[in-house]
Amino acid sequence: MRKYLHLALGVAAVVFATAPFAIHWAPYEVTMGLVQKIFYFHVPSAILTLVWALVCGVASAIFLFRKSKYADYVAVASAEMVVLLGSMMLVSGPLWGRKAWGVWWTWDPRLTSSLMLWITFLAYLLLRRFGGPGSDKLGAGMALFGMANVPFIYVSVNYWRTLHPQTTVIPNLVPPMAGPLWFAMLGFLVFSLVLVTLRAQLEEQRDRVEALYLAADES
Amino acid sequence: MTDFFRIAWLIVKKDLTVEIRSLELVLTTVFFAALCVLVFAFAFVEEGRALDHAAGGILWIAIAFSGTLALGRTFERERQAETLRALLLAPADRPALYVGKLLGVILLMLLVQVLIVPLVGLFFQAPIFRHPGLLGALLLTGTIGYAAVGTLFAAMLVRARSRDVMLPILLYPIAVPVIIAGVRGTAAIFQATPDEPMARFWITLLLFFDVVFVTLALWTFEPLMTE
Repeated sequence: MRKYLHLALGVAAVVFATAPFAIHWAPYEVTMGLVQKIFYFHVPSAILTLVWALVCGVASAIFLFRKSKYADYVAVASAEMVVLLGSMMLVSGPLWGRKAWGVWWTWDPRLTSSLMLWITFLAYLLLRRFGGPGSDKLGAGMALFGMANVPFIYVSVNYWRTLHPQTTVIPNLVPPMAGPLWFAMLGFLVFSLVLVTLRAQLEEQRDRVEALYLAADES
Repeated sequence: MTDFFRIAWLIVKKDLTVEIRSLELVLTTVFFAALCVLVFAFAFVEEGRALDHAAGGILWIAIAFSGTLALGRTFERERQAETLRALLLAPADRPALYVGKLLGVILLMLLVQVLIVPLVGLFFQAPIFRHPGLLGALLLTGTIGYAAVGTLFAAMLVRARSRDVMLPILLYPIAVPVIIAGVRGTAAIFQATPDEPMARFWITLLLFFDVVFVTLALWTFEPLMTE
C-alpha cells in the first residue's frame, strides 16, 4: 500500500512540476487569450468535485445498508475532497468569468448547482464535526439526499439564461489544448486519490484510538 | 398494507390529540409565521406599496422558517419523555411511523398557510384569489416536499447534541429546489399578466421532487433510525 502511495505521489509531483510548461505551450484561445489558461485548472477541479461527490454518495449508501465502517471512512475523506476541490473551482470560476463574461457571478444553472453541491458538503462536514454521537449515520443520509438533489437544482435554475459553456466543449477540443487538459486532470486525479486514501486511513486510526480509549475506560 | 396506513393514521391521531389539548404548536407556529411576514413587510414596503415580486418570496420564506420551527418542536415533544424510543420499539413498520409523523407536520404547515396566505395578500396586495387551484397545488406540493425531507432529518437529529442549529443547516441546502419552485411559481401567478404554463411547470417539478424524496425517505428511514 505504502509503495503505491509513494509512486502515486511521485507521479503527481512530476505532473504538477511539468504541467505549467504544457499549459504554456498550449495555443491561445482566439477570443479570450491568456485568460483562457485558467481552464486547465478550473475544469479538472470541477470534474473531480463531481466525481468525489459521487464517491461520497455511493460510500454513504454502502455504509448505511451494509454497515461497512470502511465505507464511512471513505465517505468522510471524499466529502473533504469535494469541499477542497469545490473551493478551487469556485475561486477559479469567478476569476475567469470576470474576464470572459464581465461579471464575477451569474445565477446560471451550472454555477448554482455547483454552489449548492459545495454548500451541501459543507453542511455535511459541519454535521460530522459538531453533530455528536450518531452523526455518521445522519451524514450518510445527508450525502444521499444531497446527491438526489443535484438534478432538481439543475432543472429548477435551468429556466434562466445560460452563459456557461456546455460540457460538449471538452470532447471537441483541438489536440494541443486537450493534451495539457488531460495531463492536468491526471495530476489532480492522482493527487486527490492519495489524499483521500491517507485521510480514510487517518479516520480509521482515529476510530481505533477512540475504541481503545473506551476499552481502557471500561477495564 | 392496510396495517401500514392504520399505524400511520394512529400516529396522526395521537399527535392531533396531544396538540388539540394544548394547542402549543399551532399557536406558536402561526404567530411566528405571522411575525415573519410582518418583519418582511417592514423591509420591503415603501410608501405604502410593496416591491414587485416580493410577495411570493416572503410567503415561501415564512413557510420555510415556520416549518423548521414546527419540525423541531414536533420532535422535541417526542424526546422529552423518550416517547420516540417507545414508538420505535413498537412492533410496527418504521416507514409507517415516518408517514404518520410526516402527515402531522404537513397538516400543521397547511394550517399555518391558511393564515399567512391571506396575510401576504393583505399586506403586499397579492392577488391570492386569481388562480386558487394553481396556488393551492403549489402550496400543497411544496409543503409535502419540504416536510418529507424535514421530518426525516428532524427524526434523525432527535438524539444529536446540537439539533436546533443542525436542522436548518441540513434542511435548507436540500430544500433549495422547493424554495425556488415555490417562489417562481407563486410569482408567475401573482405577476401583472399571470403565466399559467410556467406555474404548471413548477408544480410538475415539485411533484417529481415529492415522489423522489418521499421514496428516498421511506427507503432510508429504517437504517437511519436503527441504533
